[in-house]
Amino acid sequence: MIVVNDLHKQYGEVVALQKVSLSVEQGELFGLIGPDGAGKTTLMRILMSLLLPDSGTATMNDLDVVADYKKVRLITGYMPGRFSLYPDLTVEENLKFFATVFGTTIQENYHLIKDIYQQIEPFKNRRAGKLSGGMKQKLALSCAMIHKPEILILDEPTTGVDAVSRKEFWEMLKRLKELGITILVSTPYMDEASLCDRIALIQEGQLMSVATPSVMMKSFHEDLWTIRTRKIYDTSKSLERLPSMISVNSFGQVLHLVTKKGVHTSASIHQFLTENGEAEILAEPAEASIEDVFILLMNHHKARQ
Amino acid sequence: MITREPVITVKNMVKKFGNFIANDNLNFEVYKGEIFGFIGANGAGKTTAIRILCGLSTPTSGEMKVAGYDVFRQTEKIKQNIGYMSQKFSLYEDLTVYENIRFYGGVYGMKIAERKARTKEMLDRLGLTAYENRKIGDLPLGWKQKLAFSIAILHNPKIVFLDEPTGGVDPITRRQFWNLIYEAIEKGITVFVTTHYMDEAEYCDRVSIMADGKIVALDTPENLKKQYDAANMDEVFLKIAR
Repeated sequence: MIVVNDLHKQYGEVVALQKVSLSVEQGELFGLIGPDGAGKTTLMRILMSLLLPDSGTATMNDLDVVADYKKVRLITGYMPGRFSLYPDLTVEENLKFFATVFGTTIQENYHLIKDIYQQIEPFKNRRAGKLSGGMKQKLALSCAMIHKPEILILDEPTTGVDAVSRKEFWEMLKRLKELGITILVSTPYMDEASLCDRIALIQEGQLMSVATPSVMMKSFHEDLWTIRTRKIYDTSKSLERLPSMISVNSFGQVLHLVTKKGVHTSASIHQFLTENGEAEILAEPAEASIEDVFILLMNHHKARQ
Repeated sequence: MITREPVITVKNMVKKFGNFIANDNLNFEVYKGEIFGFIGANGAGKTTAIRILCGLSTPTSGEMKVAGYDVFRQTEKIKQNIGYMSQKFSLYEDLTVYENIRFYGGVYGMKIAERKARTKEMLDRLGLTAYENRKIGDLPLGWKQKLAFSIAILHNPKIVFLDEPTGGVDPITRRQFWNLIYEAIEKGITVFVTTHYMDEAEYCDRVSIMADGKIVALDTPENLKKQYDAANMDEVFLKIAR
C-alpha cells in the first residue's frame, strides 16, 4: 500500500508537486495520467527515495520513504523513464546483476518473470544496448521484478513504444497484479487509463481527479457531442463561434464538441452549422472518454488561474 | 489542396546494415499538399527511411527524389528544401527563443529582412512575442514543440518531416499542434509525419504502415478501415502489425 500525504516539492520557483495526497491499495493497478512536466516523475522519485520532498510524507507498505529508505528500496521494483540498464552487458548479465545486488538469484524468482523473460530469453547473449524498444522494456521489467518486490513503480514504461508492444506490456502488468503486487504506473497515453483499477489525472503538480476509470468518465458534467463532418478543420473553426461552446477538439475522424449542460440539442447544433454554410454534418450526443475528462478539467484548471 | 503531383518519389528503396535489411524495397509517392502518415512498430524501419529522405543517410539502392532532388547526389539541395522536427531533437535549450530562430534562419540561408519579418509574424501568431528573450529550457514542453515546428517551416520548405512531434504533450497542446499542421498545409507545405498516437493517424490524408522493413499497407484512413474491417486506425494497426 502506498500512502502519500500533502507531498510538496519545488525546484527553485517551479512547483513540481503541490500538496499531493493519494493512496494506492495493496494489489491495485493505479495509473498516474498526465503530460510531460505534470509532476509524475517527481512523485515517483520521491517514493523511490531518490529525491527528498520539501514537505509532506509518504509511506510504502508502512515504511517511511525518508526515514526507512533502505528498507523501502528492498521491497520495491522501479523502472525509471529512461532506459537505465547496462547497455554493454548482455540481457542475462543485466538480470544476474540485479538479482545479485538484491541478494537473490535468477533461479529463485524465475517463476515471477517467466512469462516476460521467456520472450527475450532467445536473445539472452545479446547486449542490452542492441535490443529493440519493446525488448528493452521487457528486460527492464524483468530486472525490476527479480527481487520479488511488493510494490512496482513504473515511470512511463510505454512512452515511445508502438501500439502493439504497449498492449502486450499492459497484459503483463495485469498478470503481475494477479500475484498481489501493488503497481503504480504513469503514462501520457489517455487510452491506457481504462486498463487501470483507479487513476489520478495530474497536471502542473496537482491531482485534478482520482477515481476508477468508469466513475471518472461518468463525472463529465457538461454536454458532449460527436460531430461528423467532411471538413474537420473548417467545421471546428465554425463551432468555436457556437454560443455556450466550451471546447471543440478533434478526436480521430470526428470532432468532440463540449457545450454548457442543457443548452443545445443535436438539432440546434445542426442548425447553427447549416447557417454557417457547413453541409453534410451529423451531430450526436456522446459518452465522455478519459481524454475528454482530462481536457475539461484542464480548461477549468486554466480558467481558475 | 491535394494534388497528384509527387513531391517525394520512392522506387525500390533498399537500405542494408551489414546483413540486416532495414528498408526492403519500398515504393511510394507523397503528393504535394497532403499529410502523409508514416506509422509502424518500433524497429520497423521508419527512422531509417526518414533519414534517407532527409539526405542524412545514403540508401543501398533504389531511385528516390525529394522535392525534385536526388537522394544520392543532391542531399544538400534536399536539406535546403525541407524542414525537420523530432521529439528528441528540436531546439537549443540554452539559447533564447530569438537566438534559436536566428540560428535556424542562418542555417537555412534566409535573408535577414525576410527572417525578421517572418520571426515577428510567427511569434505574434504563437503568442510568444513577450517570451522572445527567454531560454528555451525555461519554456513548457508544449510551447517548445509548437515553436520547434514553426521554426522547422520558417524557411517555407516544400516538405516538413515530423518524427513523433507530439510525444508526451498534454491532450490540448497535442490538438493545437495539429492545427499548426493544418495551417502549414494551407500554405502549400507537404507534411510527412510519424506518430504512436493512432487517433492522429486519422488526421492524415494517407497513411502508410511499415512492418519488418516493408510497407504493408498504404491508403486513406477511410479505405484502410474498410479493407481491414476495423472501427478505427488503432484496430487497423493491431491487425496488421501483430
